[in-house]
Amino acid sequence: MTVTPTVMPEAPTAMSVKKTVLVEAPQAHAFAVFTERQGTWWPLATHHIGKAAAQTAIVEPRAGGRWFERGVDGSECEWGRVLVWEPPHRLVLAWELNAEWQHDPSFHTEVEVRFVAVGPRSTRVELEHRNLERYADKAEQLRTALDSEGGWNQLLQLFAAAAATPA
Amino acid sequence: MIEPIHRIAALGDATRREIFGILAGGPSSVAGIASRLPVSRPAVSQHLRVLKDMGLVTHQTVGTRHIYRLDPDGIAALRDYLDSLWERALKDFKAAAERSFTHGKENSQ
Repeated sequence: MTVTPTVMPEAPTAMSVKKTVLVEAPQAHAFAVFTERQGTWWPLATHHIGKAAAQTAIVEPRAGGRWFERGVDGSECEWGRVLVWEPPHRLVLAWELNAEWQHDPSFHTEVEVRFVAVGPRSTRVELEHRNLERYADKAEQLRTALDSEGGWNQLLQLFAAAAATPA
Repeated sequence: MIEPIHRIAALGDATRREIFGILAGGPSSVAGIASRLPVSRPAVSQHLRVLKDMGLVTHQTVGTRHIYRLDPDGIAALRDYLDSLWERALKDFKAAAERSFTHGKENSQ
């Protein structure tokens, strides 16, 4: 089951990136190349997060599957996971990289990809990377937490109390 | 008005992207940023100047310390960065999908 957004005006802070590309290949082929063969086209040389050079990018073909890169040394770095797996029409990935380009499973933005057959050998691929406002929200939350009385001040007080307690 | 392309360029540098990321986690001084990166303080200051000129970060002086934080509008730069990433990725995806489809047809003929 997938969640259909209720009809409501988009929040003014909602931010997304939308891209459309026409691929001269059948729908099922386009879906397969985007998922099973992601390592053949993802710009790994410039866009990977592991310490080792990236060898490939992998999307596990099921809802709940992992989305990760594998380095030339065999190491693996998580990018996120598969939220919706509906071949050959639709794919939704959770992009779990925070603003520091580190994997953070408690944080994600969504990448939805739709594959629309416009002919037997022609597919329109519509991509939306949404919830980007969460980056700003997260920064604001962290800032508020660190600035508030309950943040570092409280931690320092706890630390001072603990440090003052005889062992 | 700073063109998005210039903001992307500012974040095209790996160190500046890391500094931007650190500030996304909360305000910091130059020394605070330098302590988390293998980069000297003068180099951090230099990068911060670029980010500030691009409208990505703002700064205020507290006593003798300069505290930097993300410019609220600067988050738009992250969007610009992802925009350029997907532009590039989809272009490469299209080429790979069309190439492999054409090859598959040739092989089956």
